[in-house]
Amino acid sequence: MSNGETLLARRKLVNLAMMGLCSGAAGLAILVLTLILWHLVSRGVAALSPDIFTRTTPPPGSPGGLLNPILGSLAMSAAGIAVAAPLGVLSGTYLAEYGRYSRVAQVVRFINDILLSAPSIIVGLFVYSVMVVPMSHFSGWAGAAALALVAVPVIVRTTEDVLRMVPATLREAAFALGVPYWRFIVNVAWRAAKSGIVTGILLAVARISGETAPLLFTALNNQFLSTDMNGPTASLPVGIFQFAMSPYRDWQQLAWAGALLVSAAVLLINVLARWLARQRA
Amino acid sequence: MAGEVRPNPPAEGRGGEIFPAAVLSVPDAVPESPEAAHTGLAERGFALLCRSAAFAVAGLLLAVFVVLGVNAAPALHTFGFGFLTTEVWNPVTERFGAVAPIFGTLITSAIAMLIGLPLALGAALFLNEYCPHRLRGPVIVAIELLAAVPSIIYGMWGLLVLAPFLSAHFQPFMTAWVGPIPILGALFQGPPFGIGMLTAGLILGFMVLPFICSVSCQVLATVDPVLREAAYGVGATTWEVCRNVLLPFSRTGLLGAAMLGLGRALGETMAVTFVIGNSHRISASLFAPGTTISASLANEFTEAVGDTYLSSLQALGLVLFLITFIVLAAARLLMRHVERRAAQ
Repeated sequence: MSNGETLLARRKLVNLAMMGLCSGAAGLAILVLTLILWHLVSRGVAALSPDIFTRTTPPPGSPGGLLNPILGSLAMSAAGIAVAAPLGVLSGTYLAEYGRYSRVAQVVRFINDILLSAPSIIVGLFVYSVMVVPMSHFSGWAGAAALALVAVPVIVRTTEDVLRMVPATLREAAFALGVPYWRFIVNVAWRAAKSGIVTGILLAVARISGETAPLLFTALNNQFLSTDMNGPTASLPVGIFQFAMSPYRDWQQLAWAGALLVSAAVLLINVLARWLARQRA
Repeated sequence: MAGEVRPNPPAEGRGGEIFPAAVLSVPDAVPESPEAAHTGLAERGFALLCRSAAFAVAGLLLAVFVVLGVNAAPALHTFGFGFLTTEVWNPVTERFGAVAPIFGTLITSAIAMLIGLPLALGAALFLNEYCPHRLRGPVIVAIELLAAVPSIIYGMWGLLVLAPFLSAHFQPFMTAWVGPIPILGALFQGPPFGIGMLTAGLILGFMVLPFICSVSCQVLATVDPVLREAAYGVGATTWEVCRNVLLPFSRTGLLGAAMLGLGRALGETMAVTFVIGNSHRISASLFAPGTTISASLANEFTEAVGDTYLSSLQALGLVLFLITFIVLAAARLLMRHVERRAAQ
């Protein structure tokens, strides 16, 4: 009897201890991550001013803002997504529809999943070799191409996932009406999955707007305002990298402001994507 | 256009199909007419478009391997196998060896996993079993959002906040108290710069933490509730349910989640480059500056002069791509098992 009681007491004790450990792990994780966010917001807000959006990057010691990196990031992300979205949606469609049961599609899916988390600096290296070297100069277009390569796997994956969720009844109804397969895909499947596909594209935008590594060897950086995507182009992440690594206090301030802008944009787009995805369900 | 009409592929032998092949090939059986010919053309055109897009994506992986291989060839030819076994990294004499960056990549990732994995798993178990239900949803969303924060933010925080803190408080303390202990003490020697292998590993750990945690939560969510309820029904404590039901049942998936996190840590550039110190030297001390493959590329690639230097850096890239490819491929094979279960 007492033996059973001690066993029970021990089990309860172990349970309590492990519960403490798990809660401790969760608490510690949340603590560290809030600390990062708190520094980001407090220092970022302190460095924000209208100048950030209206003036270009300064030499150390003079006032300035982040206008050229902001514009460069917007332009390269937009160009990257413009290429990645159709490519990604069409590939995702192949995987979900034409290749649903084929072995080849399984291989493509596997490769896409690997590309999804492949080191982005390798993408930069690749684009450097196939675009920057032949053109013999760094350019915003090369940067956009590198971002597109990072975005494509994200879009392929989400497109395939949402197309697979299109209800079988819609499919059967369309085929019963004698609709050609491609018309079914374009007018029924894509339409039914529209918000999901848009969610995937938004997630890809969020992913590439914070990417730094693919831009280092492709778009490089630019201290001046330039609308020429054929030359070196500034971007927020690379600007943050340059400013945060510098010993100058005012440049570090600009880096915090830029970091806050990038994070806010990424988080907002993510929240928007989530909200869109929930609308569908 | 009678040639258009393909015989239907046998429907049996393709188990698990939702629709019989006969339904899928209805468009092909449309009787011939000008309109049907047009439809057939659009049909094949659209299929071709989708298929080429998919193959282009798959071809990308091959293209990356080929391009890196071709560019790395001169360096690998010059240094041979010695590239992987020498520590020298001297742009002046054009002698390059990859040992230091590979060592740095592996050690920082190991530190990251040592810190990130237990915390992530603990947090995932907490969220799955111990956490009050009302808190659960918001916390999981918060962790998923944190996983989306760009890595450059972590790196910058590491350089401007964590490194000064470590250099002022943690490092002198460790050198004074753990330093004198033989063997273990060797890990904590040297001046407290704040930046170095340990800081890089810590930052990487914080970065992969939300990622591993959110994937682990998804994996744990696939465990059949009936199993948990049955275990609770026979009087198991919460920990016993975790230990004897949840963990064994989702072992493969959790391993996959860990491998995905490892893949991220190995290839991560920005979180590391800020705080690693970029020194091509292997040191026993974790406080010493070092380098990783990705940090070497980020720091040196645009400033490298000379074909051998550039080619050596590309060879480093090839090594990194091979390592991450193997880790990620293993992770995906493990995760596939979980996805299949989730689909059921």
